[in-house]
Parts: sequence; structure tokens; C-alpha cells
Amino acid sequence: MIKNKSILFNRENLGDCLAIALNKNPQDILMEIRESNLKGRGGAGFPTGTKWMLAAASLANKKYVVCNADEGEPGTFKDRVLLSDFPDLVFEGMVISGYAIGAQKGFMYLRGEYSYLLKQLNDQLEKMLKEKRLGKNILGKGYDFEIEIRLGAGAYVCGEETALIESLEGHRGEARNRPPYPVNTGFMGNPTIVNNVETFVTAAIIMSRGGEWFTKLGTGKSKGHKLVSVSGDCEEPGVYEVPFGISINELLKMVKAKNAKAVQVGGASGYCACEGEFERQISFEDLSTGGSIMIFNQSRDMLHVLRNFMEFFVEESCGQCTPCRIGNKKLLEGVEKIEQGDCSLSYLRELIELGKTMKIASKCGLGQSSPTPFISIMTNFEQEIFSQR
Amino acid sequence: MDKIVKDNRAPVSQKPLVMAKVDKDAIGATVGIEINGNPYKVMLGTTILEACRENNIHVPTLCYHEDLCLAGVCRVCVVEVEGMNTLQAACTFPIINKVKVRTTSEKVRKARRHVLDLMLSEHYGECYSCHRNGNCELQKLAKEYGVDSYKFGHIQERRYKIDRSSYAVVRDMDKCILCKRCVRTCIDLQEVGVLEAINRGDKTKITTFMDKPLAEVVCISCGQCINRCPTGALKANDPSDEIWNVIDDPSKHVVIQTAPSPRAAIGEEFGLPAGISMTKQMNRALKMIGFDKVFDTNFSADLTIMEEGTELLLRLKKKLVEGDNNVRLPQFTSCSPGWIKYIEHFYPEYLDYLSTCKSPQQMFGAVIKTFYANENKIDPANIVTVALMPCSAKKFECNRPEMNASGFKDVDYGLTTRELAQMIREAGLFLPDLPPDTFDEPFGEASGAGLIFGATGGVMEAALRTAYELVTGRVVPFENLDILPCRGFDGVKQASVKLENVKPEWSFLEGVDLNFMIAHGTANAKKVMEALVRGELSNIHFIEVMACPGGCLGGGGQPIPTSPEIRKKRAEAIYQEDAGLPVRKSHENPHITYIYEKFLTEGPCGHLSHKLLHTHYVKRGKYIG
Ligand SMILES: Cc1cc2nc3c(=O)[nH]c(=O)nc-3n(C[C@H](O)[C@H](O)[C@H](O)COP(=O)(O)O)c2cc1C
Ligand code: SF4
Repeated sequence: MIKNKSILFNRENLGDCLAIALNKNPQDILMEIRESNLKGRGGAGFPTGTKWMLAAASLANKKYVVCNADEGEPGTFKDRVLLSDFPDLVFEGMVISGYAIGAQKGFMYLRGEYSYLLKQLNDQLEKMLKEKRLGKNILGKGYDFEIEIRLGAGAYVCGEETALIESLEGHRGEARNRPPYPVNTGFMGNPTIVNNVETFVTAAIIMSRGGEWFTKLGTGKSKGHKLVSVSGDCEEPGVYEVPFGISINELLKMVKAKNAKAVQVGGASGYCACEGEFERQISFEDLSTGGSIMIFNQSRDMLHVLRNFMEFFVEESCGQCTPCRIGNKKLLEGVEKIEQGDCSLSYLRELIELGKTMKIASKCGLGQSSPTPFISIMTNFEQEIFSQR
Repeated sequence: MDKIVKDNRAPVSQKPLVMAKVDKDAIGATVGIEINGNPYKVMLGTTILEACRENNIHVPTLCYHEDLCLAGVCRVCVVEVEGMNTLQAACTFPIINKVKVRTTSEKVRKARRHVLDLMLSEHYGECYSCHRNGNCELQKLAKEYGVDSYKFGHIQERRYKIDRSSYAVVRDMDKCILCKRCVRTCIDLQEVGVLEAINRGDKTKITTFMDKPLAEVVCISCGQCINRCPTGALKANDPSDEIWNVIDDPSKHVVIQTAPSPRAAIGEEFGLPAGISMTKQMNRALKMIGFDKVFDTNFSADLTIMEEGTELLLRLKKKLVEGDNNVRLPQFTSCSPGWIKYIEHFYPEYLDYLSTCKSPQQMFGAVIKTFYANENKIDPANIVTVALMPCSAKKFECNRPEMNASGFKDVDYGLTTRELAQMIREAGLFLPDLPPDTFDEPFGEASGAGLIFGATGGVMEAALRTAYELVTGRVVPFENLDILPCRGFDGVKQASVKLENVKPEWSFLEGVDLNFMIAHGTANAKKVMEALVRGELSNIHFIEVMACPGGCLGGGGQPIPTSPEIRKKRAEAIYQEDAGLPVRKSHENPHITYIYEKFLTEGPCGHLSHKLLHTHYVKRGKYIG
């Protein structure tokens, strides 16, 4: 359940998104999504309209839609809420995007740990089939689209879209080289769009409420509202709908957090803000997040927090590229050295430089973002960490 | 799903790029780009690496290999592309619009150095105790980037046990840098698929199905992975210590036969460019090392032609004249032990299509420990036969339990080109400087037909030179005996020769088009086998298959590195030497005539031949207990 009052994820006066969309022609849908300025909710924030247009422009007989429901980022649980409360809109969003780009088939890649949702989701698909909102000749408009749910097996990297596609194809979950991008060469070599659960729901809602309405919410470059999953040291953790542009301070107040010392924005691979930065905003222009906000109060040992994150990455790197496979291990070893009090400052500087290399030289987003907590925690909390040892 | 597995064994991520459809006319087929501030024009779709190489701009690589599909995993070749936040792997980045690239900026140099430092931190062991010392790509890069310390430490303990289970390939995963060249070689180049990465993160390792020893999986022993390993993680099972021991033992009569391909490549081990034959210098080196006799495997290649050619003609006769439907055609060649193991594992139902002839290596072993031993009054128990081969599968082959027709192990050791080069170095010799020497009699001079066995298509060409003449009484209708349709590096070649005005005893072949095919590399062999399974090869009579790309000259025991260019040069050296030989047809080799007069008196495919020179195969299948 979403904890605060929803503006966006609100069924009041919401029209029949699917019917409205299918009454338009595909180009108009693409234009509307583009004009809404909707950006991907999975974390990277790529403009959804552009992604769909690129896929629509790719020449191919077969195209695919993939809903990324892998929700693997530590501290994120907002997709689970959408899958439980708005499964109809998730699937409708997929049908709408399929119609817009000219795809006949969609996959939902569902996080393995969410298998308990499988029955409910399949029931929803069944229901949509019966109501002719899925399958052959949807709503009598002559458009066919089917959806298949596939379960992930617990690898974090399989949330990365190209690794996800490899996994869908039955291969080892490893990120692909890009370019070419999935919009050209995706599932089985065909144009494929991969979008987050929230992106699909939001796109469906935009069909009913209109792109213009949507652009009135949020900030200059970050339109609309965002679901965030807040966890950690606060009285009311949970999933909230927030407008882009909300400051960390406002957010802390909302969830009744006291004595916060650090806020990790964007999950394990996100940025760790210290108290001096709590006026910064949640938005694509400032601190962006796929949905995870973790709060740490004064009692927390930031080195321990960092150790947890780094252990996660050492384990979850797919292991194919050098900077990520070995780099994360070296960063974790660095944390251990600090714990044991035998890490020189010059070695720490070297590790931070290594982290910067990992950010630009790794093959996929995992290795490109995993040094972020290391660098931000070491920079923001260096004194505290070293004074305690 | 079946289809996916069949058509798409290599993950798409490891296939060459599939380009987005672009309107080439609109932008022109070439793009103007900028590298390090200088303008260049390249073809649309060229990768940055290719663009740099075309223009002599050095970009270091490690996981990239010309023969293999792309991986983009080592991150050594990263370059800066203007407008992109992250560095890009030059080997995988396709140029589809104007890009500005920088190959040596501060960011790039720093990143490469970091990547190297990371690799070295996990790379177990020291260079001086490694067989690739001096020929290791990682070592070379460390020098190029001036590595003088282990910035991020250096692993002190072994993590893995060395796998020595295979007769052919030894795997030391502690030296592996996870470039996946071996994986791509096995699954994409050879389409065998024995190796794959398992686990994640820092537990990632390259291994076999269920982590089994290599001897217990469907490895065909071709050793192509060894040729492409940038470090010392893979090597052939080296018998040179044992060979030194028997050389030093005066009671042993140590005989070495040398295959055609090593002589065309061994110079590379001594710094010579590819394509220079070292036959005569090698003879001298072998004698100086202390081998008692140095023979030419080309002799038994000629013997193979006699036996295999006769076998084919007999099969044709049985089928066409006697209407015997148990006769299997097309007949497949059987000289390549990697190919034999491949078909035994993957197409065990089709073993009857194989010629029953042993490979030249094994024929020679059997002849030495019988005919030669007898003629020279040497107890075969005291003869040690060594086979200098371009091949790692030969090591497996000589250890096959059925290979003891002489009553002894017919061939005691298979020695690769690389291992011999090492022995020559150890003997203090510099091969290119040695004076020339000849082979020893009685198996010295051989024909050019035997020599060209080393190149893909060579066996076919040699067989045709003899079979055509046998059947028609005339030489093959090709200028200078050069049967050009057999040559070149196309994956699968097909051609035919019309048999006309045949001798009376072959009248059933009058007017027949002899159709033949040639495949090299097991990926191409697989295409042929699939066509056979679909029943599409009923008009084909004879098929040559070599397990290795390029044929034996590209074998798993040949000098490292390998590339299409290098293999082409080696082939040229072989064909050149053939063209200059006085005898170029197997049946005209005087030693062949002699052995059929004196020893194999029933002629090719007679009883004794069958006992000594022919063999049978094992239905191995894919699941090994
Ligand atoms: C390591 C890694 C894990 C990711 N995990 C997820 C995930 O669980 N869910 C998700 O929607 N996106 C995830 N992403 C982002 C996807 O790669 C992709 O950008 C996203 O699905 C695109 O959808 P959007 O444009 O709608 O955000 C992940 C990215 C990386 C690098
Ligand atoms: S960055 Fe990490 S997860 Fe991504 S490809 Fe490289 S090793 Fe795999």
C-alpha cells in the first residue's frame, strides 16, 4: 500500500487507460509519452518516449516489450506494491507500449522472491484475456498482444536490461555490449523495450490524464511523481508517492525520522548524503533514485554500512569484466583494512581513484555505480570513520 | 527451445555485432571520424579498434581475438568517445556516426593501468616459472604500461587444482584472467561447448559441465583454446621430460616422425615471420638433440592415401556394382583425431561413414615397431616412437587403448611444435642458424602429396592425385597437379571431378562425377554432419574433415599466436614446398612401392593392412560416466 495520499497512483476519475490508448494511433501515443517527459523509473531515467520511438522506428518483423519486475536494488520494494495493487495498470501499460511500438509479445521478468505474486498476476492476465483486454483482437481494435511471466533466479545483475534479456533467452545473466541497444537488438536479436513496472503504470495513467497534466507535476527536468521505498531509522517506513524536487529534509519529516546522520539515495549503488546535504533534492537533476531511500541515524557505524554494500557487490557482480569483478573485491578489502586499522590514507586515495575508474570503465551499470557508496561514504564520513579506529 | 539451442549456441552477447539497420545511402558508406585529433575515413559499422588498426594506431587488447566473436570483458582496450560519460571498449564499439576518439588520454591510461593492476593482483604465480614466459600477452601489457609493483597486492595462494586429467590439455585456472577466449573458442569457433563460466562475482571461474575433469567431458582435445589463451592458464600435456629421459637412455632406440605442419611454423617460435619452412634445419636440430632416427610423417601420409583411396574405390564398387546398401557413403577422412573424437561424441550413430584408416601418425607407429624393427633387427620393445605433431589431440590418439597393433604402444609420445621448440632451446640451439640436413632412410623422402596434408583440403588433393590416376591412367586434369578447388580457407568447400575414359577394371566409374567436400574446424564439420543427417549428401562421395580451422597448420600444438593471416602464410609455405618436390603423388613415392612389395604384400586394404593400418571407433556420446 502507498502510505501517503496519492495524486498519480489514484484510481479516482481515472478513465479506461487501455481503451483510451487503443483509440489513438500509435504515433499519437508516442508523441504523448514524449511530451509528458516521462523518464524511466528503474533508476537510469532514460526518456521513455525516446526509447519507445527508437523501437518503433526499428525495422523488424518481431518486437518485444519487457517489464522489468526484478526489483533487485537493496531497499527497493515499491514495484511490489504496484504489482499487488495495480497489476491491471502494469499489464495495460505493457499492452499500450506494445501497440505503440508494434510488438506482439511481452514478458514480465518477475523477481524470484516475488513468486508468491505469480498466481495473482496470472489470474489478472486470465481476466484480461476473458475481457478481451489481452490476446487476439484486443477491445475489437484488431491488435494482438500476449504476455508471459518469467521468473528470475535471484541475480541482482539480471535487473540490468541486457543481462535480463540474456536471462530471458536462457543464457547466463551477463550484460551485453552496448551499442547496439535493446531497442535495435534485444530479445533474440529483435527490437525490445525494457521498462520498469512503475514506468508502465505511469505511462498507462498518462493515457487517461494526459501528458500535459503530467508535466505540471515535478521539477524542470523531472516530471511527475515518484514512488520511493523508505527504510531504515524512521518511525514510518514504507512506500510513499513524492513529487520530484522534494528535499531530503522534507522526506525525513514525512517518515518521522529522528537523528538522521546519513541518507542513502538510490539503493546500495546510490549516493550516501550526509547531514550537510539534506537540503538536496530527489530528482534526476540532483539525487536520483530508482526508489530506494535508506536512513541511518547517529547510532550507525558508516563503515559497517559500507561493508554491507560492498559485500553485496562482490557477490552480485556478474564477474565478466575486470573492473567490477576484481575492483569491488579490492574496495571491500579496503574496508576490511580500515576496520583493522591498517589502511593508509594514500591507499584509500588509490582506492577512490580505482572507484572512479570502475565508474567509467566497467561494462554495465552495476560496476559503473557500485563504487558510488564507497566514494560518497569515504568522502562524507572519512573523519568519523578514521577517528573511531 | 530446441531451435534456440541448435541455432544459437553462443550467447548473443558473444556474437559479432548485429548492426541496426541504417540507411547507408543517406549518410554515405564511409564516415569521417577523428582519432587523437587526426581525421580518418572508415567504413560504416567498423569498430573503433578496427579503425585504429587500419590506421596504425595502437590500442592494447586482451580478450579480443581476430578469430573469435566479441566479448568486451577485459576492458583493456577502453578509449574515450566524445560525448559519452563512460569509456568505451574499442573492440565492440561500432562506428555509425561521426565520433571523436581519444586513445591515450589521461583517463584512458589511468583506467588501463588500473585494469592491469587488478588482473595482476589475482594472477597467481611468477613469470619465470611459467611456460608462457616471453610469450604472454598479460606480461607484455604489464611491460607496456610500466607495471613495477603490485599496487593492489598479489595473490599468494592457489585457489584451484591444476586439471591434468586430459591427455591433451592441462588447465591451470589460477593463471586465468577470465578473458573467455577459450570459452568463445570452444562454443563459437569450434561449436563444441565444453567450457563456460560458472558462479558470479569473484567466484567466477571457467570450467566444464558439472565442474568435471576435462577428461570426463566432451572435450575433443583439439587444443584450439590453448592457441588462443593469452596467459599460461592452458597448455598442452608436455611429454618432453620423458622424451629427454629416453634419449638419454642408451638402451632405447628413439625414432621421431615429423608431420608436415610443424616445419612450416616452428620458425615462428624463434622469431621468424610466419611462412618460412624449416624442414632441413629441424632435421639437423632433431639429430643434434639425440634422436636416433628422424623420419617424415609424409611417408605414412602417402600410405594413408593408398589405403584410404583404395577403401573409397572399394566402397564405390560395393555400392555401385554390388548394390550393397550396408556400405556407407560419403566416406569421411579419419586423419584428424580431434574430428574423430568430435564425431564419436556428437554423431556416434554415424561412425560407419568414417574411413577405417588410422591417421598417418598411428600408421607410422605401427610400421616402425613391425616392419622397421624387423628389417633393422631391433627389438620393438626397445624402440620409442615420438610423433612431432601440430596437434594436441594426437596426444589423446596415441593413448587410445586400441592403438597397439604392433603388440606395443604404436606411438609412445605425441610432441607438439611448441614443445619441440622448447627442447631445441634447451639444447642450446638456435634453429634458423642451423645447417640443413636430410631425413633418415628408409622413410625419408616422401611426396608432396603427403606434405600438403597440413593444409585444409590437402588430403583431398592428395587423394585425388592418386585416385584419378589409378582409375583413368592419366594425371589429374589440373595444371601442375595443383587442384585449386581444394585450396583456400572457405569453411566448407565442394567440387567435383569427372571420371572419363577409365581403365577397364573401373568401368563402373565411367562418366561418374566424383563429388567431394572439404570442411575445417568442427563448427563447419557440424554443418556438414547436419546436412548428412538431413539426407542431403547422397550425391557426395568423399569428405575431408579437419578439426582445426585451417587444417593441421592451425593445430592446437602450433606456435602461439594464431590468426587467419598467420595460417595463410603457413599454408603458402606448405604449397610452395610441395611445388618444388620431385615426387608429388603418393603412389609414386618409392618407399611406398617398396613397403607394398616387401611387407604389405596383399596391397592396400589387404589383411596385414587391416591389422596394422586400420582401426575402429568408439560410440562415446555426450554423456560420459
Ligand atoms: C545492476 C542493475 C540492476 C538493475 N535492476 C533493476 C531492477 O531491478 N528493476 C528495474 O526496473 N530496473 C533495473 N535496472 C535498470 C535497468 O537496466 C533499465 O535501465 C530499466 O529497466 C529501464 O526501465 P526504465 O527506463 O523504465 O527505468 C538495473 C540496472 C542495473 C545496472
Ligand atoms: S560491470 Fe559488473 S555486472 Fe556489469 S558486466 Fe561488468 S562484471 Fe558484470
